[in-house]
Amino acid sequence: MNLTLKIWRQKGPEDRGSMQSYPISDVSPDMSFLEMLDVLNNQLIEKGEDPVAFDNDCREGICGMCSLYISGEAHGPSVETTTCQLHMRSFKDGDTVYIEPFRAKGFPVIKDLVVDRSAFDRIIQAGGYVSVNTSGNTQDANSLPVPKADADKAFDAATCIGCGACVATCKNGSAMLFVSAKVSQLALLPQGKVERKERVLNMVEQMDKEGFGNCTNTGACEAECPKGISLENIARMNREYLSASISSEH
Amino acid sequence: MYEKITDDNPYETPMMIYPAVHYMMGGIWVDYNLMTTIPGCYALGEANFSDHGANRLGASALMQGLADGYFVLPYTIGDYLSNDIRTGTIPTDSKEFDEAEKNAKERIDKLINNNGTKSVDYFHKKLGKIMWNKCGMSRNEKGLKEAITEIQALRKEFWQNVKVSGSANEFNQELEKAGRVADFMELGELICKDALERKESCGGHFREEYQTAEGEAQRDDKKFAYVAAWEYQGEPSKAKLHKEDLKFENIELKQRSYK
Repeated sequence: MNLTLKIWRQKGPEDRGSMQSYPISDVSPDMSFLEMLDVLNNQLIEKGEDPVAFDNDCREGICGMCSLYISGEAHGPSVETTTCQLHMRSFKDGDTVYIEPFRAKGFPVIKDLVVDRSAFDRIIQAGGYVSVNTSGNTQDANSLPVPKADADKAFDAATCIGCGACVATCKNGSAMLFVSAKVSQLALLPQGKVERKERVLNMVEQMDKEGFGNCTNTGACEAECPKGISLENIARMNREYLSASISSEH
Repeated sequence: MYEKITDDNPYETPMMIYPAVHYMMGGIWVDYNLMTTIPGCYALGEANFSDHGANRLGASALMQGLADGYFVLPYTIGDYLSNDIRTGTIPTDSKEFDEAEKNAKERIDKLINNNGTKSVDYFHKKLGKIMWNKCGMSRNEKGLKEAITEIQALRKEFWQNVKVSGSANEFNQELEKAGRVADFMELGELICKDALERKESCGGHFREEYQTAEGEAQRDDKKFAYVAAWEYQGEPSKAKLHKEDLKFENIELKQRSYK
């Protein structure tokens, strides 16, 4: 297949940046999207040009690093698929593919397609943890009964890989889906009980500080999420937040 | 996940699989507190050899990281730090710091200014092929000796001919990769050297010359029941072997049988 790639190039955070066009030929349908970019980068390096910077790590859909906005969709056209899992059989010969970074106020661009997502780390540091005794008096997890329905929902929420596709696709640049997935996962389990109230208040406070927008229940986040995280988590976090606001001594 | 990669439904079409080399096994030597031979420098999880020795199976790396981080380090690092409580800020105007900084800067400058003709990926792939073919799932003396020679030549070529685009004071993924591949060039040779020394088959290390009649691993516990800890001496070929004997007091060493 021969394709035209329109890629966002930006030298640094202060650079205005622009879309550059790169033709690429002999793309095999079995290639992964990132493999294709590797091939393009090798060609650019041979020509003495600057290769396209993009984030990636595991290349198997679990680490949350890869973050390309492909032809107007976070992680591209396939459903519940990360950028690194996307393969070129999803495209046709002659296609033009637009590749942009995960833009948002909370995700400043570092270079080309790489954005700074440390805001997510700071949100997790604000409350995404549980206090547990690991010094040898650790309680056997099997001795704490957990309703199956709660465990299932917690597990589903826990599959969030923190990639930020939800933020990138949200018209308000809101991080509610991510934060609510983390809050839900811990609120539903007994281990998360000790800090349950402070957690949601602190994490939401940090989320607001980072400059993410507010939620207007559009649902684009759920549609684009590569792990299929449900909008119900946002509803649950809203309840947690309200309950903690009224009842805590925060 | 399989279906995403191959576009085949494994419920309908038999899955295509083949055996592959495992990831990095073994790691930096640490004591029971997870401290390395450098005082105050701790190595956790996949980076050290502690929980698994020289074998690390799938998902064990994750377990090792979690176990070291949650269950071990919180209780061992405090002891070291307690001696450091009154140390305060450490000044950077010392001879040792200056020398270390100079070495790091020189290495980076060398990589950036080399202006060779081959990309970092070119060398990475070549090294990968040597390791896969000659220090992979199954090893033999001839292959390992060849691998060592080839890696030494490749490392020389790397430092002469690598091309790293961009500059040092910006976000530069090529420079990042170059630094890593430079390290792999040394580690790769050391792995081959270690495999050559260990004249037995044991765990993830299979030597074709040391196998049973049924093709299973043949260990030599009399001579090789030790941890091989290699001390850095500059060139990988000069690394010094320290043997930590493995003494089993409550269990008897046996050979696993898959029959």
